[in-house]
Amino acid sequence: MNDSTVTLDSADAPQVAVNEPIISIDDLSFSYDLGDTNTLRNISLDIPAGKVTAFIGPSGCGKSTLLRCLNRMNDLVDTAKVTNGKISILGQDINAPDVDAIELRKHVGMVFQKYNPFPKSIYENVAYGLRVQGIKNKSVLDQAVEESLQKSALWTEVKDRLGTSALGLSGGQQQRLCIARTIAVKPQIVLMDEPCSALDPIATARIEELITELRQDFTIAIVTHNMQQATRVSDQTAFFYLGKLIEYDDTEVIFGNPKERQTEDYISGRFG
Amino acid sequence: MLDSTVTPSNPFRAASRKQRIKDGASIGLLATFTYFILVCAVIIIGKITLDGLPVILKAEAPFINTEFFTKKTMTLNQFYTAEGEMVRMDNDDFIDFQESNPDAVIREHKTFSYAGGGILGPLVGTMMLVMVCMTAALFVGISASIYLNEYAKKGKVLNAIRLSIMNLAGVPSIVYGLFGAAFFVHSPFFPVFTNAPDWEKSLFAMPLWPTDGYLSFQGWGESLLAGGLTLAVMALPVIIASCEESLKAVPKGFREASLALGATKWQMIRTAVLPYATPGILTASVLGITRVAGETAPIMFTAAVAGKDKLPWEDAQGTGLYWLSDMMTQSVQALPYHIYVVTGKLPDDPALKDMQYGSVFVFLLLVISFAMVSVFLRASYRKKLKW
Repeated sequence: MNDSTVTLDSADAPQVAVNEPIISIDDLSFSYDLGDTNTLRNISLDIPAGKVTAFIGPSGCGKSTLLRCLNRMNDLVDTAKVTNGKISILGQDINAPDVDAIELRKHVGMVFQKYNPFPKSIYENVAYGLRVQGIKNKSVLDQAVEESLQKSALWTEVKDRLGTSALGLSGGQQQRLCIARTIAVKPQIVLMDEPCSALDPIATARIEELITELRQDFTIAIVTHNMQQATRVSDQTAFFYLGKLIEYDDTEVIFGNPKERQTEDYISGRFG
Repeated sequence: MLDSTVTPSNPFRAASRKQRIKDGASIGLLATFTYFILVCAVIIIGKITLDGLPVILKAEAPFINTEFFTKKTMTLNQFYTAEGEMVRMDNDDFIDFQESNPDAVIREHKTFSYAGGGILGPLVGTMMLVMVCMTAALFVGISASIYLNEYAKKGKVLNAIRLSIMNLAGVPSIVYGLFGAAFFVHSPFFPVFTNAPDWEKSLFAMPLWPTDGYLSFQGWGESLLAGGLTLAVMALPVIIASCEESLKAVPKGFREASLALGATKWQMIRTAVLPYATPGILTASVLGITRVAGETAPIMFTAAVAGKDKLPWEDAQGTGLYWLSDMMTQSVQALPYHIYVVTGKLPDDPALKDMQYGSVFVFLLLVISFAMVSVFLRASYRKKLKW
């Protein structure tokens, strides 16, 4: 895989050059209660390929909701509804009637706030995504498991105990396992919903290191409460407040010289 | 000199005596009622064990009265010999006795139906009813709970379904009995495989060429199927409710992780929900079935008879499917109904006591062992699955 382009496995999938938007959000409004109140309001945002984009903002500002719109995880809520605008990923409107959320999620993976490995072996956790896609070939699975664990910097720690329960790992290891599980499916985009909020500082540092490395192969969108983390790992930062996108720019600009007063107040700790 | 133990200004002085007495009294009252439950349980189980255990034990090896388990129920004979000694004899022994001693003097001869012999018939009947009930209830109950919990859209219809399930749980058992009688026993919509259709009852009989049998829609009559399914309908509300609880208890993270990895909803349920809900589902279902296995009213009109000489498979006619169909449409004896017959239907007499308490004791053992099995199942699964 070339560093400067993000490619799909299948030959017919569109290719996106770095800095071209891989995700394009256009005037999006989203509601959890069939449109009575909008949790997200008129958000427009382009996320470039091959970069790390951080979503920051106070609790309840809609940053996690937006992230979960990107792989249609909000479909799980019966009353969730996109009330306006659209989200295009790789040029396709993902809420179009002919889009299957299951196929979408194979391209847009997700890592959750609370590490949630299945109570299965380490191997089975990583192989899960491939198994549900019907891959049974042992050597294909073996290779994918090793590759994913290596990419998530877990291989040397677990290679001798692949058959043991994933729940025997430390919290940080479990979260890296969840990342390995996600990238085993080879998505182009990885969404991370506060991936470090349940971890101690050392485990957090390892995950941040990992995010920096993964940037070479994946487009990453990360929700974080930790502003230092945003400055450390992200290229772009989007600041949300009360369901609105207040400011979106290069991370250095947001944290060095924000244009909006609210952004400045938030990053300097005056509210939030 | 200052008193070191009682400081007038001590802010931490114990509450007044009156307050302490009040506290003590309330705790005492609560404890009394709690222990009262224990006493009740001990008295009930103690009485049954005291009177029932001797029936299934005997003095010489192997110390278990195997006849009580292997003999079918039969008439009990009680008489006095010429010497004035009271003798109680099962009917088969009594016939042998009369044949070998035709001149024996028998005075005050009394007979008690169903109170002699053993409980093989009721035991087998109950086991088979439970098996039919379990198969049907687990299949329908688990399917329904998965659908309700995972697929059904929240709204008025779902609320109505839940409300009716809750209401079903409160319906008296005799109502289920009557429903079972009307639906499974008498309505002709349920088919049987038979060589000799009951032409008067049969709605329609389809000849099954090349055999000389028919698939006849004539209803099941009082039978294992009708009784087992009536019990299953009765167990369903409990099973559905507790299966749903087990499904809900599976962490949300498993579902989300599975879906985020590109699993379809059914794949998610099969691989990330059901495996972790199984212990709860099994325990709850077995407990639910144990509960209804002890019911008398639902089987009274649907399956159970007071006396029957043959076990279901002994009486079944035909071969293959016909044999199976005939066996499943046999009426049976069942333990709870047998207890009702020997206790409530026959005029009370000391001669009945052994059969009464023996049956009750065995029944209790059976139900307790079901419950134990479910508890062990859960414990062993819990050890394997921790999160």
